[in-house]
Amino acid sequence: MTNRFERSLDIKNGRVDMTHGSGGRAMAQLIDQLFAKAFDNPALAEGNDQARLAIPAAGRLAFSTDSYVISPLFFAGGNIGSLAVHGTVNDVALSGAKPLWLSAGFILEEGFPLADLECIVTSMAKAAQDCGVQIVTGDTKVVEKGKADGVFINTAGVGLIEAGVDLSVHNIRAGDAIIISGTLGDHGVAVMAQREGLVFDEPVLSDSAGLNGLIEAMLASGVTLHALRDPTRGGLATSLNEMAQAAGVGMRLDEAAIPVRAAVRGVCEILGLDPLYIANEGKLIAFCPAQQAGKLLAVMRGHVHGHEAAIIGEVVEDDHAFVEMTTTLGGHRMVDWLAGEQLPRIC
Amino acid sequence: MKYIDSFRDNRLAQKLAAAIRQEVQGARPAGQPFRFMEFCGGHTHAIFRFGLPDLLPPEIKMIHGPGCPVCVLPMAKIDAAIGLAQRYPLTLCTYGDMMRVPGGQRLSLLKAKAAGADVRMVLSPHDALMLAKDNPEREVVFFAIGFETTTPPTAVIVKQAQALGLKNFSVFCNHVLTPPALKWLLDASGSGEDGVPPLDGFVGPSHVSAIIGTRPYEIAATGYGKPVVITGFEPLDVLQAILMLVRQVKAGRAVVENEYARAVTAEGNVKAQALMAEVFDFRDTFEWRGLGWIPHSALKLKDVYAAFDAEKRFALEPSAAKENPACQCPAILRGAKSPEECKLFGTVCTPENPIGACMVSSEGGCAAWYSYGRRKKS
Repeated sequence: MTNRFERSLDIKNGRVDMTHGSGGRAMAQLIDQLFAKAFDNPALAEGNDQARLAIPAAGRLAFSTDSYVISPLFFAGGNIGSLAVHGTVNDVALSGAKPLWLSAGFILEEGFPLADLECIVTSMAKAAQDCGVQIVTGDTKVVEKGKADGVFINTAGVGLIEAGVDLSVHNIRAGDAIIISGTLGDHGVAVMAQREGLVFDEPVLSDSAGLNGLIEAMLASGVTLHALRDPTRGGLATSLNEMAQAAGVGMRLDEAAIPVRAAVRGVCEILGLDPLYIANEGKLIAFCPAQQAGKLLAVMRGHVHGHEAAIIGEVVEDDHAFVEMTTTLGGHRMVDWLAGEQLPRIC
Repeated sequence: MKYIDSFRDNRLAQKLAAAIRQEVQGARPAGQPFRFMEFCGGHTHAIFRFGLPDLLPPEIKMIHGPGCPVCVLPMAKIDAAIGLAQRYPLTLCTYGDMMRVPGGQRLSLLKAKAAGADVRMVLSPHDALMLAKDNPEREVVFFAIGFETTTPPTAVIVKQAQALGLKNFSVFCNHVLTPPALKWLLDASGSGEDGVPPLDGFVGPSHVSAIIGTRPYEIAATGYGKPVVITGFEPLDVLQAILMLVRQVKAGRAVVENEYARAVTAEGNVKAQALMAEVFDFRDTFEWRGLGWIPHSALKLKDVYAAFDAEKRFALEPSAAKENPACQCPAILRGAKSPEECKLFGTVCTPENPIGACMVSSEGGCAAWYSYGRRKKS
């Protein structure tokens, strides 16, 4: 393939210029020598304007899309590329689907170093491989310097929901247990720390991860799973409020049971943030009947992305659809929606 | 975190709550609770965040004070800042909460930013100074607000700007002072239906006191016979302060006690005080939302720093904007009303669409009540 071009792409020193989005030879070379090489799979190798895909089994499709504008592009525990794969894989997988294929659309800013782009693309390829999905189609656009911030990525994902799997917020019932798959706030604090130059004794890494493996194990456990959600922007508090409202139920949390790393709590104290409202990129909230919660928790704790899982509360009947919490001191308070913007451009 | 967790210990909290219950039992006739005002919004926030009202007996009534920096700034000052950002080609920097406070014409700095004004949120005044240093062609104004806690950092950047010889940096100074506001509250305590309710004592500020020390509060005890207990922002601090206040009232004592000795001394931070005295002068008078004009209650830059004074560098437009007459922020700030007594609360006025400043900041009484406590009403 490389012999189609006189000189290979100078990834080490080169920069994105307007010709890389022009549709001409320079763009073809960028796609060939960077994207197609990293994402290599049969559907992409066909080189058509679309991927043609055989649906492997009967069932329903899950389809989701998300755009990634995070700043900074590189952070402790990941970068915009791995995040763009994990985020969309998770959005698909939370329906109970097995994620299969992703698209990747890049908006590149003129002048962006090709070495950084390669690093991002390599991370995407690795994340896709880890999650068992293929990036089968893509797009590249270049905008003038100052019209974007390095790189923005959009990914869309398709997955297959097997017959019998039905996860939906509308299944949530009073009496359900609320389970979180691990510690809260790691992603938001890792990004914030990077921006503000905060240094910790023990570094806080973003939790960015594909959760489809964990979800597969949870589905295989035989527990009656009612619904899953990932507490991304707005954090746990906002996700629970959305779900409580949609399901027409109330939720009662136990603050002492909610897992938060000491370093994350410390940063939140200093900056006046609340871990309940900080974005996560590798956590899920699960709802299942309380009597099966112990079994589900054991399965989750047996998985690498769920080993710090905890039962944090229960679903109750409540016409107001309020989320309330017993504080560590034994008092009670509401846990409201996030108001305003806590941390901009977090994903 | 262990230094924080020890001030959030459940077992100790239950013990303190039991001690408070024991102290107040039968101490007052029914319907005459102990009324204590927590001056600081930080305390208001802590009270709600940790669910302390559930731990307190009905004989204790906490009244939220005016100590929320963005809440007490009158609309005219917000309009002046918006006007600066809109009429001049400059970058206006301020703290995050300040950006959402509504000015006249339902505009806020956040909305002015969306409409094209260059308004930026900073976490520290130093960020604003660095922006000016790195962009010498750009005029940068820091919209400075807050009590004595945030004043020394502003003094530092003014001095640094001078040392750096910056020509493109100035401060729109709106720093206010705690002792004059406390004295205003003491004068007004028990002044009728829409005034400050009769108060039995004060939970004194934490961080402000770390700067100014305990002495400025003496007048409350000696001049007005009201006890003050200076305390930290952790829940055990607050409970301990309430217990100390109850004991003083019951014993007929009125002194300034310092529960927050781990951070506050009688003299306070003398270095910070000297810095403030070096850079700032008292204003003759300053308007507080809810409290009105209070003499010598705010600071301005000294004449020797006039080059860094935004009020001298730019023509600030007087604002004719009127507060929404239904908004009860003024009465809430002086403790005359509680948030749920406002007709706008939770209906027209919410954190997403604040009408009054008290619904904006997490230290504002309305926002704390709405976010943490509104289940009580339902």
